Amino acid sequence: MPDLDLDSPWTLHPQVSVRPEPFGALLYHFGTRRLSFLKDVTLLTVVRGLAQAPTARAACLAAGVSDSELPTFERALGTLARSSMLIERPPAAAEAPPSKERNA
Amino acid sequence: MTMLDMKPADTPAAARLVDLFELGLDAPICLTWELTYACNLSCSHCLSSSGRRDPRELSTEECKAVIDELQRMQVFYVNIGGGEPTVRSDFWEIVDYATAHDVGVKFSTNGVKITPEIAQRLAKSSYVDVQISLDGATAEVNDAVRGPGSYATAIRAMQNLSDAGYRGFKISVVCTRQNLSQLDEFKAIADRYGAQLRLTRLRPSGRGADVWDDLHPLPEQQRGLYDWLVAHGEGVLTGDSFFHLSAYGNALPGLNLCGAGRVVCLIDPIGDVYACPFAIHENFLAGNVRSPGGFREVWQHSDLFLELRNPQTGGACTKCQFFDSCRGGCMAAKFFTGLPLDGPDPECVRGFGEDALRDRSGDALPKPDGDHSHLTSPPRPRTNKPVPITLTMRRPDRAPVSACAEDPLSGFHTA
Repeated sequence: MPDLDLDSPWTLHPQVSVRPEPFGALLYHFGTRRLSFLKDVTLLTVVRGLAQAPTARAACLAAGVSDSELPTFERALGTLARSSMLIERPPAAAEAPPSKERNA
Repeated sequence: MTMLDMKPADTPAAARLVDLFELGLDAPICLTWELTYACNLSCSHCLSSSGRRDPRELSTEECKAVIDELQRMQVFYVNIGGGEPTVRSDFWEIVDYATAHDVGVKFSTNGVKITPEIAQRLAKSSYVDVQISLDGATAEVNDAVRGPGSYATAIRAMQNLSDAGYRGFKISVVCTRQNLSQLDEFKAIADRYGAQLRLTRLRPSGRGADVWDDLHPLPEQQRGLYDWLVAHGEGVLTGDSFFHLSAYGNALPGLNLCGAGRVVCLIDPIGDVYACPFAIHENFLAGNVRSPGGFREVWQHSDLFLELRNPQTGGACTKCQFFDSCRGGCMAAKFFTGLPLDGPDPECVRGFGEDALRDRSGDALPKPDGDHSHLTSPPRPRTNKPVPITLTMRRPDRAPVSACAEDPLSGFHTA
């Protein structure tokens, strides 16, 4: 069972701050006090698009991820989900307020 | 690196993080901020030679201006220390201001101000992390370094935090020759209070330079520490401070890179910006937050920091097969033991540091800038020379109150 279901809606945890960097981004979770890295600019686009996308798969496609790359991104998103950087969004709450992302 | 407890996400393969970070970031990930040199203790290994307040320390308003800048630069959090930061009367005001401005706070304390009321307050905020310093799992070992009563103070603070329902605060241990046999006991204390253990390296910085020879771990203890850290994995934090031990085998969790001036730095109580908290010396002073352009200017353009962001290409260590894992070790440890910065760490696991220490020239070791030690603190070894004292005999033929030339009861007679 993967850590993240690509066909569910996901979003950044509200306590996660995203800082874009030339190589991708730094993510800091104020609740768990964990730091993570996105070593890929496309992954940053995916992560930022999650809140507005109906599913994680849709966010990947919108960011230009190809079918062959999809398993890699599923794994990367799964890692973020496992460390609570990403949380599953209830389908009914699709209009949830944007995450606490600064410098957006 | 000394301050990052991090977890890289397994993201699509790209350049290694260590290579990206070696070139520096536009803003630090976090930084250490010593708010005051004032302290109620006089720990013999204090890395900032703390004790007395510096009258030039940043005002409340200046501290808030620094926080505003850190918010603009998206510095995720600050590690507040000192001195004992909680003795500043505006400490909680500064903490509240930081967390209200998206700058998380971890603060280190000896526990003196962690009352039940404060513990309740801390338990409510997820943006404030607390580190209680404890350098012995028993009062005997702890108090020998941190002073009489300091063990009881720390334990009381932990009990208060635990009673308030605070889970996951940190117990921060500087590893020494005397306490490395107590690692399991430290872990048991952390488990008892619902805390997480954090082990860091003793540096020959500040007053630590005076006691380093007696306190730093022996080679066989280093090996034991490495094995213990590997066995406990990510459950025990290290602030990435033992990357010089990675040459024993597998890299320890963390970046394994000296982050000084690249991803971390130090702001001292008077606003001076140093490359790292263990390098309070003019050679590692990059600028001051009070100067034009403030902290951002220092971080992004100071000559020192730009120089530190050049990857090391020369020196004896680059020829070592383990250079990729230990990166030559800790800059501050080398500097304050009088070793060349491009050579081996004094605690190099292959023993090259011990060789270098034996061979170093007889020149005086560099002294840290500023000694804020209490002038009346209990004796501590500033030199290896004996302290001359005068012994006198009490005169048995005189009253023990020598200031009175005449018996104060003279002239009084019982009826």
